[in-house]
Amino acid sequence: MTETHPKPEMASENTIPILVEFTGGLEMLFSDERKHRLSVPSKDDEGNPVNIGWLVKHLCDKVMKDSRKEMFVLDDHVRPGILVLVNDADWELEGEASYALQPNDNILFVSTLHGG
Amino acid sequence: MARTLCATCKTARALIIRPKNHQKLCKACFIAVFEAEIHHTITTTSLFSPGDRIAIGASGGKDSTVLASVLKTLNERYNYGLNLILLSIDEGIKGYRDDSLETVKRNAVQYDMPLKIVGYDELYGWTMDQVVEVIGKKGNCTYCGVFRRQALDRGAKMLGIKHVVTGHNADDVAETILMNLLRGDLPRLARSTSIVTGDSTSDVRRSKPLKYAYEKEIVLYAHHKKLDYFTTECLYSPEAFRGSARSLIKNLERVRPSAILDVVRSGEDMAKLVPEEVTGISQCKSQKVSLSSADGEEEGSGGCGNTNGRDSGGEMADMEKKLQLDEEASSREVDVTSLASTADGQNHDRIASKSVGRKRDTSRKLVKQTLGTCKRCGYMSSQDICKACTLLEGLNKNRPKMEIVIDVEDEESSTLRRRMEGVTLAAG
Repeated sequence: MTETHPKPEMASENTIPILVEFTGGLEMLFSDERKHRLSVPSKDDEGNPVNIGWLVKHLCDKVMKDSRKEMFVLDDHVRPGILVLVNDADWELEGEASYALQPNDNILFVSTLHGG
Repeated sequence: MARTLCATCKTARALIIRPKNHQKLCKACFIAVFEAEIHHTITTTSLFSPGDRIAIGASGGKDSTVLASVLKTLNERYNYGLNLILLSIDEGIKGYRDDSLETVKRNAVQYDMPLKIVGYDELYGWTMDQVVEVIGKKGNCTYCGVFRRQALDRGAKMLGIKHVVTGHNADDVAETILMNLLRGDLPRLARSTSIVTGDSTSDVRRSKPLKYAYEKEIVLYAHHKKLDYFTTECLYSPEAFRGSARSLIKNLERVRPSAILDVVRSGEDMAKLVPEEVTGISQCKSQKVSLSSADGEEEGSGGCGNTNGRDSGGEMADMEKKLQLDEEASSREVDVTSLASTADGQNHDRIASKSVGRKRDTSRKLVKQTLGTCKRCGYMSSQDICKACTLLEGLNKNRPKMEIVIDVEDEESSTLRRRMEGVTLAAG
């Protein structure tokens, strides 16, 4: 488990601690680390609560060091074939990208695209 | 956001939304219905008989791990009376199989099944690393795939087992159907849709019990059951054509999740329109009577309905309605074919005229394909000399020259390699 943020557990009024996990081969794109504890701002630049759509962009821009962004995001959407689970529930049940992050949420990205 | 309750038990929170019918289920009900549907596929196709020894082609990946887990569960729950064995193939790719074979070894302990690992080197005299040295990274998947399919047969034969099951899922089958459609390869399209290949006369039969299971649900099943599986990307570049077929499938799924099973069903229906003399498939069916009748039944219930699966009773009205439509459609198709062959030129809808046109073309062009055995190695093949032997012949011819060149000059070898790739591809 790697702490990829300098202040991982710090939850203040302005930040939300979350756990992001990558499995099914996606961890390869994120420094081979399965779990990433992040502390994200509670509001985006426009003052709206941060949602998964924001998180995905954040992961792409700030967390992912691999250059193969298209393995994770295609046309501004999570690549088809990658499942997103919010606290174990399919994100389709939670409003997909518009789901507003809550403190201590577990967001899991699972690729179904890789072989075995 | 308000929590959605499970459509089946109406008490637990729904965590899964099923791609094929949008049903929202809790974890326990999802696991139950997933297993019930595999059981349904197995029973309606009479896939196994009590006392059968079954080799599970195990890679340590999600599909074969789920297959092993589900088969173990169902074998115990429904007293199939099966003797299950894990069979793994070591392609000889350094750094690729090591971890996945470790996973299979753990699975063998977890599922209490014997494990047999067979290497390409002992089967063919070539590891995939050596093959790539000769033909390059492009196109090597063909070799790997051809070798792997036969490796499972050979490994099974070595163990005295006559039936190998593989973890191919609905997405895989849909992808293969699309690829064969795009290539215009109707004989292979027909064969790739059937749940079993081979019959009582062949040394080893192969089947795909997860044929109707969505890849998404397989991954979710593995996740919620906390199964121990391994994911890895093959170190050699993925086959481009299959890759694009896969992307197409995944994009279709995003727009309309039922598309995957619909493609599988379309493939099955198209397979029925392919003339027998072209596919060589009817031969197996007539020899294996129980199977051919099971096929007929399968087309109605599709392994996904609930005629047998009491667990899933009442949950799938939509699906059933659709299946009834499918059944009606398929009976219409039979009419169309018989009409088309007797009264050519009238009552043609698009499908019928296409199939007739195709029939003429293919039967003229394609050599009659019947499932027999390779004259060289004796394994199941639709041609005189099987693909593996043809590929091996090419490899063995190239080997001495290549080894010298590779040792001496790297740059030169890559150009030669490229040239060799052309040669072997032409030969294949």
